[in-house]
Amino acid sequence: MGMACDNCGADNAVVHLTQIVNNQMSTYHLCQKCAAEKGVDTSVPSSNTPLTDFLAQMGEGRSEGGPGTKEACSFCGLTFDDFKSSGRLGCPHCYATFDTQLRSLLRRIHGGTQHVGKVYLPPDPAVADRQLRIAGLMRKLQRAVDLEDFERAAELRDEIKALEAAR
Amino acid sequence: MDITSLGDFGLAWLDASGPHSDIVLSTRVRLARNLQGHAFGARARVNDRKAVLEQVREVAGELELLKGFTLLELQAVEPRVRRILLERHIASRELVGENGSGPSPSAAVVTCASGPLGIMVNEEDHLRLQSLLSGLTLRDAWRLVDRLDEEMGAHLPFAYHGEFGYLTSCPTNVGTGLRASVFMHLPGLVLTKEIGRVLQGLSQVGLTFRGLYGEGSEVVGNFFQISNQTTLGKSEDDLIDHLEKIVQQVIQYEQHARHVLMRDAASVTEDKIWRAYGLLRYARSLSFEEVMNLLSGVRLGASMKLLPGLSVYTLNKIMIFTQAAHLEQAAGRELPPLECDAHRAAFVRRILATEGDVSPDIGHGSDGPTPGQPSGKE
Repeated sequence: MGMACDNCGADNAVVHLTQIVNNQMSTYHLCQKCAAEKGVDTSVPSSNTPLTDFLAQMGEGRSEGGPGTKEACSFCGLTFDDFKSSGRLGCPHCYATFDTQLRSLLRRIHGGTQHVGKVYLPPDPAVADRQLRIAGLMRKLQRAVDLEDFERAAELRDEIKALEAAR
Repeated sequence: MDITSLGDFGLAWLDASGPHSDIVLSTRVRLARNLQGHAFGARARVNDRKAVLEQVREVAGELELLKGFTLLELQAVEPRVRRILLERHIASRELVGENGSGPSPSAAVVTCASGPLGIMVNEEDHLRLQSLLSGLTLRDAWRLVDRLDEEMGAHLPFAYHGEFGYLTSCPTNVGTGLRASVFMHLPGLVLTKEIGRVLQGLSQVGLTFRGLYGEGSEVVGNFFQISNQTTLGKSEDDLIDHLEKIVQQVIQYEQHARHVLMRDAASVTEDKIWRAYGLLRYARSLSFEEVMNLLSGVRLGASMKLLPGLSVYTLNKIMIFTQAAHLEQAAGRELPPLECDAHRAAFVRRILATEGDVSPDIGHGSDGPTPGQPSGKE
């Protein structure tokens, strides 16, 4: 029997969080899912830990063959166990299939799950895609202006105008 | 395929034209991209791989940035050409199938004679877009590969997730898919035994290091590849700026270490440099590892102006053209190891005789008695 999660009561708490707020120390025990929902960064301090270590740690606190590990991706047939042994996902759909596990893994590797880089505009963009893309380009534009790279800024401005006109 | 048509592909960085090119040999930025509707590398079926390659071929033909490109399907080229691609870092070990299995179907590289851009097709990810430039040129390298990404992405449906960003086979690459790496020569830090601290420091600021041929390869000749460790949660520009800032710092540490060497151990350091030069200039048999280690000493000397007339360009050429497949290519046949070492030594002697003949090192006066003259007048 594992330790009870302070949030949902399930007996599989694997994240032990110590917080100090206003000089008061308190310790929480959370299951993987609740820790993820609370946005707890469970990454270990050393950034050089290889992926396989992360993957091995993911198995801790769960019984082998527990829920989720036998589920296969409907597109490519990869199971989470396959992923754990190879360290490679099978296809783009795997990110949806193993959403929960991957979120926790991405937090460990990268410290978060939210991409803040380039916004991809597909060849047949929807209106929403365009808006996200424009927001991304505006960030780039701001940076180009900050760096006084006016040639680049002009290019970006043209690109934004073109996207706005296409709307 | 006719090897001569490989020409100077992937060698633009050798000219040492970039900033700090005596310490930073080259800068590479690569983006991992995948196409929707196909399984990633390892799980892709032959038809998936073929479809990916055909889409890339079609789009590459339309892009101004890739004008005059060559697409090489690795199964269709001789093993030696594949090794040359590997030695030039145009293809990765995984792509050429170095473990004896040979390349997988439809594994390919797109490379340009006119520029620093290239693409690996059907590696772990469907596409690895990359740019390779001389010196510390992270922003330029990023700008170039960013443009290529824009143009490819306008025609190809990339696998992209609203939250996770660009989807990749390995979760360590997801998000930006960006790996920026800087290939550095750090003999000063190694000789002053400061390197451990510097490398340790790198891991604390989200960077990582490897040897000459990427992941898992050994560090030889004091050459290190330093790159970003994480790819998600920061913008490409921030990742590039962060690496740039840290590399600038490492350059300063290295310059300081060299200063300390010349201040506290000038004669030992000079001796090391000249011995390395002497061995390269006259040896009759050299292994590649030995060349790399000697090049490190000579490169330090050239960089500190202790070997006048020897250019970093010449040293860069030695580094590439003394690799086994390049020597075999020049010889026009396979070379057993011992012969290969002899060819390597001959190549180095030849190039140093024509391009690297340093001025005679005499007239320092205080070093000792001048030969040919009696030490005291009777």
